[in-house]
Amino acid sequence: MGRYLLRCGALGYLAVLLLAPVGLVFYRAFEHGFWPAWHAIASPDAMHALKLTLVAAAIAVPANMVFGILCALAIVRYRVPGFRLVNALVDLPLALSPVVVGLSLLLLYGRNGWLGGHNVLFATPAIVLATIFVSLPFVVREVVPVLREIGTEQEQAASTLGASGFEIFRRITLPSIRWAVAYGVVLTTARALGEYGAVRVVSGNIVGQTETTTLFVANRYQDFETQAAYAASIVLALIAVVTLLLMNRLRPKEETR
Amino acid sequence: MRRISIVVLLVLAVPALAAGSTKDVKLALVAYSTPKDAYTKIIPAFEKTAAGRGVGFSQSYGASGEQARAVVQGLPADVIELSLAPDVTTLVQSHLVSPSWDKNAYHGIVTRSVVVFVVRSGNTKHVRTWNDLLRPGVQVVTPNPFTSGGARWNVMAAYGGALRAGKTPKQAIAYLTELFKKHVVAQPSSAREALQTFLSGKGDVLLSYENEAILAKNKGQSINWVAPKATILIENPIAVTSTTKHAPQAKAFVKFLYTAQAQSLFAETGYRPVLKSVQKKFHFTSPKQLFTIGYVGGWTKVQKKFFDPNSSVMATIERSLGG
Amino acid sequence: MAARAEALPLPRSWPSGGAALAVAFSTAYLSLIVLLPIAALVWATHAHASWQAVSSPQAVAALKLTVLVSLGVAVFQAIAGTAVAWTLVRDSFPGQSVVNALIDLPFALPTIVTSLTLLALYGPRSPVGVDAAFTRWAILLALLFVTLPFVVRTVQPVLVELDREMEDAAASLGASTFAIFRRVVLPNIVPAILSGVALAFARAVGEFGSVVLVSGNVPFRTEVASVYILGRIESGDPAGAAAVSVVLLGIALVVLLGIGAIRRRATRHDG
Repeated sequence: MGRYLLRCGALGYLAVLLLAPVGLVFYRAFEHGFWPAWHAIASPDAMHALKLTLVAAAIAVPANMVFGILCALAIVRYRVPGFRLVNALVDLPLALSPVVVGLSLLLLYGRNGWLGGHNVLFATPAIVLATIFVSLPFVVREVVPVLREIGTEQEQAASTLGASGFEIFRRITLPSIRWAVAYGVVLTTARALGEYGAVRVVSGNIVGQTETTTLFVANRYQDFETQAAYAASIVLALIAVVTLLLMNRLRPKEETR
Repeated sequence: MRRISIVVLLVLAVPALAAGSTKDVKLALVAYSTPKDAYTKIIPAFEKTAAGRGVGFSQSYGASGEQARAVVQGLPADVIELSLAPDVTTLVQSHLVSPSWDKNAYHGIVTRSVVVFVVRSGNTKHVRTWNDLLRPGVQVVTPNPFTSGGARWNVMAAYGGALRAGKTPKQAIAYLTELFKKHVVAQPSSAREALQTFLSGKGDVLLSYENEAILAKNKGQSINWVAPKATILIENPIAVTSTTKHAPQAKAFVKFLYTAQAQSLFAETGYRPVLKSVQKKFHFTSPKQLFTIGYVGGWTKVQKKFFDPNSSVMATIERSLGG
Repeated sequence: MAARAEALPLPRSWPSGGAALAVAFSTAYLSLIVLLPIAALVWATHAHASWQAVSSPQAVAALKLTVLVSLGVAVFQAIAGTAVAWTLVRDSFPGQSVVNALIDLPFALPTIVTSLTLLALYGPRSPVGVDAAFTRWAILLALLFVTLPFVVRTVQPVLVELDREMEDAAASLGASTFAIFRRVVLPNIVPAILSGVALAFARAVGEFGSVVLVSGNVPFRTEVASVYILGRIESGDPAGAAAVSVVLLGIALVVLLGIGAIRRRATRHDG
């Protein structure tokens, strides 16, 4: 009996919290049929926004992937004094408000900032930097526990057999952290595509130039183009659903290992 | 390896994306949040004139103070249109706009409007005067005066309205206090956000620019608006930046904004034109006791007395809202 | 060959060149992307001596509201999140895998979309008749939405690995389900719950996108810290914004250190 109560309670909670809102976006987007929604997404500004979002993600994700793997290796495999601090700081973007991230970039690259005057702010570079910042920790966080768990026996064995460092990495380390990297990449992508607060502060809102899809949603909503806002939301929500499916496929492999 | 080459490709693609305009000159227009609709009509009209041939535009819209700040921080701008003069003063102080920007026939003002009460269709609460806002059960939405230029116009309209009704400055401040304490139910961060909040069903009255009310009505929203007898004349400044690399084109564009054609387009989207000849063609109501910012002390005084974030009339009122 | 293997030093299977590269690259990258901007933020606060901006009544009210609501959200998620995790691991019902997948939705869905949907659903024209928009309840709802995955996802794997023999033994001795949970299961999952709660708290304190449209930002009443910071930026006072940001930065660091401590304790207990 208690079990059924708990089940109903948990599922009810999830339904109210998750399903109802998301169902409503889909309803609102297609309220007036498919074509109006389609035209709203196919407009040049919407396409440019999507392109900019994808470009930012396409730079942030590989960069953070390379960083994530190297940083995880540095944290787990080499006991460099003081590197524990790096370990703690890697998680900072997870806990920090995106608005604070945006403000930091604004102060650093602004006219009187230390790195001011290089046309970074209010242009694509600022958006890319903000995206990299907020999506930085995910690969590291996924790879570190796996690296800890697999230990060093195989790597040592290979080393004894005379394999070079790079070869060991490629043949032994990389295959065993492959799924963790993939999962981390999916999380990074989700965060990169959905970032709003940090980008909002540094973008300068130039229509069709520095407007990402999330900004497009917010701006169009305010300009009475709710159709366009909801339609772009659908695009983002669909990407979210695909991400969700990928996350789900990748995670069990980690857990049942 | 393949992954790396994709990265390289993408890095190369970014500058290509940033470029890619076919126009010879691209003017950067930085404006406050509301005139977007007007410019989507005015810019194509300008591009058809001799002076506008080959001139393209990039447009940025946002809260007035934030836009001024962004330009100070390096947001490229050739022409700026802001909600209120003090935001232009910010740019003058940073040497981005000439101190003589308002020395022309129109004092640097390109459009006008008035503060109105936006109400739901039918005005079931019968709100007509500033005192009606204080009737029990009347809920008011106005943007946050610490972030929104429009909100500052609203506050000064309410204060001046109270003065016009014969109240002393002290009583007028008491009026503001009661309004914000008992009747204001939401303070979104910009005029546009406040309008959206109101349209989504919150509140009985929205304090807003008349042009926002006209815009909402044109977009098919079932609202109406009432101009109170005593209200403030809103004046939106425009200026060419002193850092512009395209001064002739920027000046030509601003000049175009003062033509009958551009002023009519402004008027069609809800702004009160500054050109007398155009004013006659449109039927804007003329509130009997219209006053300007000068009536309540001028911006320099008002900014300090009412909107200083630490010790001002509005800071005190907002503080008393806590709990 | 064997002699060489014995001569091998501690777990350092790579030549030091690779190690130096990994350490140098990650330090440089982290410094450039994260630390330098943060340093600029702290320096701006210091340079403009804007520390007193933190003590302005409006900033204090915003920070207080943010921390209190976030605490409430975190505590609530501790209970609800554990219940959801328990249902996903120990219960079985049709569609369980779908529900399991849905848990990550708040993470995958962009916050601005969340804000838009919450406004449509719980706003003044709510199809379900709940008008919570522009109140503290709206903030609570938005934060519950975005922090949902944290506790569930930290508790879930621990529950999966937990040995069921002890529970079965306790059950055979006649302990009630609740007693089993409290005496046997709970002590084992407490560290996981705590670190999930800490993550949820940190996320809630910094949350912006999902709150901005629904909170109505009435100063002193529904204005959260990140929206207050944006307000300061919008009204041209980045120094004041920076001061409050530094407070949020401090909270974030404390929470991260706390999580680190919880993890270290948990691993010590394990072995």
